[in-house]
Amino acid sequence: MDGILKINHLSKSFGTHVVLKDVNFSVNKGDVTCIIGASGSGKSTLLRCINLLETPTAGEILFHEKNILDKSVDVNHYRAQTGMVFQSFNLFNNMTVLKNCTVGPVKVLKNDKKEAQERAMHFLTKVGMAPYINAKPGQLSGGQKQRVAIAKALTMNPEVLLFDEPTSALDPQMVGEVLDVMRTLADEGMTMIVVTHEMAFARDVSNKVVFMADGVINAEGSPGEIFSCEDNHTLKEFLSRFRNS
Amino acid sequence: MPDGFSQRIIYIIQNYWLSFLKGAGVTMVIAVISTAFGCLIGFAVGIVQSIPINKNEHIVKRILLKTVRFILGAYVEIFRGTPMMVQSMFIYYGIPLIFGIHLEMWPAALIIVSVNTGAYMAETVRGGILSIDKGQTEGAKAIGMTHFQTMVNVILPQALRNIIPQIGNNLIINIKDTCVLSVIGTIELFYTTKGIAGAYYTYFESFTITMVIYFILTFACSRLLRIWENKLEGAETYDLATTDTLAHTSGLAGIPKNLVEEYDNRESL
Repeated sequence: MDGILKINHLSKSFGTHVVLKDVNFSVNKGDVTCIIGASGSGKSTLLRCINLLETPTAGEILFHEKNILDKSVDVNHYRAQTGMVFQSFNLFNNMTVLKNCTVGPVKVLKNDKKEAQERAMHFLTKVGMAPYINAKPGQLSGGQKQRVAIAKALTMNPEVLLFDEPTSALDPQMVGEVLDVMRTLADEGMTMIVVTHEMAFARDVSNKVVFMADGVINAEGSPGEIFSCEDNHTLKEFLSRFRNS
Repeated sequence: MPDGFSQRIIYIIQNYWLSFLKGAGVTMVIAVISTAFGCLIGFAVGIVQSIPINKNEHIVKRILLKTVRFILGAYVEIFRGTPMMVQSMFIYYGIPLIFGIHLEMWPAALIIVSVNTGAYMAETVRGGILSIDKGQTEGAKAIGMTHFQTMVNVILPQALRNIIPQIGNNLIINIKDTCVLSVIGTIELFYTTKGIAGAYYTYFESFTITMVIYFILTFACSRLLRIWENKLEGAETYDLATTDTLAHTSGLAGIPKNLVEEYDNRESL
């Protein structure tokens, strides 16, 4: 297997509050890893550490065997290769949909503007947002914004795409449209790490599920193993809450 | 000199309109240029003040950044905390003594008002930057933008929209406050009026005219700025982009035609 990302003994604390304790896991090319767990279990922090939006307190993050926490590594160069989709979209409010997608490739990757526009149109078409290229984020619905955000991340041609609860801020009817896009990406072999509360998505789409509780990886395995787990009390209790609802 | 109040005003205008115009011109030139320079100073200081100091950064860089910040902070506090009239005297008579150069009226006036405005604008810009949602910065960071790129492309354009009222405020304050430059002999509107009033001892009449001129200047500026503000707001609507002419007519500006065709021939998900 082609290893892209390997996380070794990662820890993170805010002051005296320990959020992540000795987290280890790895991601291969084409993997769709879902991180599940209760609120406050550290899953978002883990994802934010991977994109260095939070600086880990200890441990290492190997991207193609290279520790990106090394001072010599250009953080911005690394971030440009790992796309991030946020819960709150974080589209640039001062730019149109098209500009949102092209500003990264043009300013950061120094791509030709035309080429970036072509790529942006390709991905915007893919997420069904091509008709809205002239709209500003404030004029779109939540589901539309999130689809643009996915296209924006894809236009950077990232090697791995990180999703931080991409559907948590959406109405139930908009969740479906975003999940459909993510499902298509997964089918096409995009490497993805998804923090989510959508258990059906985790079960059906991912090939690996990581269950976090109290800042540690409590269990990990194939969706089959995780969702039919019988001997792990914490995991069983967590999953039962979703079954009941 | 005629007898009635209004006749005297007409007399003064007829004889001195050119002086008033010149004075008002000087006032406006100093106010506009200094506000512009002040904004530049403010933006520069605001950007530097908002650079996050990261613990992982090299120690020399951190010390340098902290030193620069301290100096800029001192600049802001000192120039906000002292009267511009005193600053005028200080700079106009101080610079020749310290640097041994003679300062002409124009550069002196522009430096004084710019530096003063800059100190106020620095705080305004910092506030404007803080008012932008943190998610915008994170969104920019996540695609690998540097602090400078994030500022120029994402944060400042949005912050600018929020601080335009304050820029307008500063311009209006500057139009009025240039009159303190009369203490260093700048021949702006106030200084001019004093001369005219003194010639025939018509203080009330002359300053009535000047009041009106000042008001026209500031009122016109505040209206113009409002128009600019609305323009930055952008259109409230947008066009759908497709070559389907029934859907719309003009949404394809700036998009290469082949892309639009590609979109129309797309296979949707």
